[in-house]
Amino acid sequence: MVKFERETALNGIIVIALLVIPFIAIAMDEPFYVTLATRVAVFALAGVGLNLALGLGGLVSFGHAAFFGLGGYAAGILASHALNYEPLMSSPFELNGTTQMLIIWVAAVLVSGLAALLIGFFSLRTSGVYFIMITLAFAQMIYYFAISWPAYGGEDGLSIYVRNKFPGVNTLDPINFFLICFGLLMLCILLISVLKNSRFGNALQAARQNDERLATVGIHPFKIRLTTFVVSAMITGLAGALYADLNRFVSPSMLSWHTSGEIMIFVILGGVGRLFGPVVGAGLFILFESMFGGLTEHWMLFLGLVLLAVVLFARGGLIGFVAGRARHG
Amino acid sequence: MGNVKVDPVLEIKNLFKSFGALRATDDVSLDLYPGEIHALIGPNGAGKSTLIKQISGDYQPDLGSIHFLGKDMAGLGVADRAQLGLGRTFQVSSLALEFSALRNVMLAVQAKSGSSFRFFKPVMKDKALIDGAMEMLTQVDLQDRANIPAAELSHGERRQLEIAIALALKPKAFLLDEPMAGMGPEGSKRLTEFLDTLRHQAPILLVEHDMDAVFALADRISVLVYGQVVATGSVDEIRGNPTVRTAYLGEDVT
Repeated sequence: MVKFERETALNGIIVIALLVIPFIAIAMDEPFYVTLATRVAVFALAGVGLNLALGLGGLVSFGHAAFFGLGGYAAGILASHALNYEPLMSSPFELNGTTQMLIIWVAAVLVSGLAALLIGFFSLRTSGVYFIMITLAFAQMIYYFAISWPAYGGEDGLSIYVRNKFPGVNTLDPINFFLICFGLLMLCILLISVLKNSRFGNALQAARQNDERLATVGIHPFKIRLTTFVVSAMITGLAGALYADLNRFVSPSMLSWHTSGEIMIFVILGGVGRLFGPVVGAGLFILFESMFGGLTEHWMLFLGLVLLAVVLFARGGLIGFVAGRARHG
Repeated sequence: MGNVKVDPVLEIKNLFKSFGALRATDDVSLDLYPGEIHALIGPNGAGKSTLIKQISGDYQPDLGSIHFLGKDMAGLGVADRAQLGLGRTFQVSSLALEFSALRNVMLAVQAKSGSSFRFFKPVMKDKALIDGAMEMLTQVDLQDRANIPAAELSHGERRQLEIAIALALKPKAFLLDEPMAGMGPEGSKRLTEFLDTLRHQAPILLVEHDMDAVFALADRISVLVYGQVVATGSVDEIRGNPTVRTAYLGEDVT
């Protein structure tokens, strides 16, 4: 129990740090750091999505960039149609674009969820290396499709000229947009913490440990995993929509396997299956990128070394290193 | 089986299963009636595991049928058959090792008592789940070890835990694959007494190498050799059967 409380305390520190840093930055008149903190929150959210599948479900998806990118394109496409006053489609009924974040989020979540339903339906019949490869293959298919589809910028990507709107909030103010991203991050972490302890979470964690055991009590591991994969993709898709808004730009690189790898790095660095692992992982990633990225374009080398150290010496990631091993009730 | 005609709980008819040229199951017919323990014995490599896996739903037979509670099992998987009431234990314990003993049983109670697609209520505050699981652990005398992770339980305790999980499913038939394996004489004796009472909850198809346990428990015994049932009968009939003696039991059985 002591260890558990230690992780709770650590989580509290992480939350406060992430929340306070942008305000300090504003006070010091360094708005750039607000953007960095927002990137941390958005990447962390993408990682939180993957962590559900990877950490709780043991599903090593190497294709989460697909959902991140689809969420981003959902945002970009809806916004570009709204800004150009062109309907998305005119028959059988007219469907217009929108610059309302709330609607865009729903669209991003639905699109990535549907994609995950389809991808998961096929890929979850495999496991291990095959699962990694088939999720990668699906994501690459979507990547090449985005590159070769000229309607939304193809290889050049798609710009969103004005940041989308949120009722009652000036989203152009960086701190406001940060708070929106931070709020969604906390909400999704809360959702996962509830999910983890529910009946569904119980079955999911059993599926990771031993799916024969789960089937023998009469629960279909496939159904549990597919549901997990869809929810996981929805969260990562939501992060993608926020990322599009943060950069006011969407490009196929969001869909590339680099992005899948990065999302996975957030999870592994922070601690696979740890609630706040992706936040720490994304934080460290951005820290390295901003510290060493200015010095050398090979800054990933340093991150690689840290990743190596984590994998070799701290299997529970940085959270596990500080708070000890995770325990189940 | 008595003078009233009773339907078998489990009825296997003319089952075939081959792996390449190997006929692992060769025209096997077998049944299990309410209230009985039907033991399945045979030397290593006789095809017992293959047969068990066809009953549990891991394998689909090449030919033949399996009826459970009158329902054809063709095409149904492990989870479907478990839902219908097949309570199985494994030759080598198969548990969620990171979970406590209690939580392993809770998984079965949860599967039995409605949907696993409930996303909000925490299981560790669900009194019905905990109490139901505790009751099963108490039945197998494992209540003091409820909060120990399955990975830290002894071999014998894991076997008991598997039985507690099977009990929690309130099955219509038990499929026990060598429950005595590695139990030691004292443990085997206790388990034998326990299984003796279990047959009143549901009939048991018992695969077992421990002949003392088989002869003490079985109402009927079937002997499997090279994928075929060479004999089925009462304990005395099997003991006296010359084919069985040469094929399996050896000379020292009197």
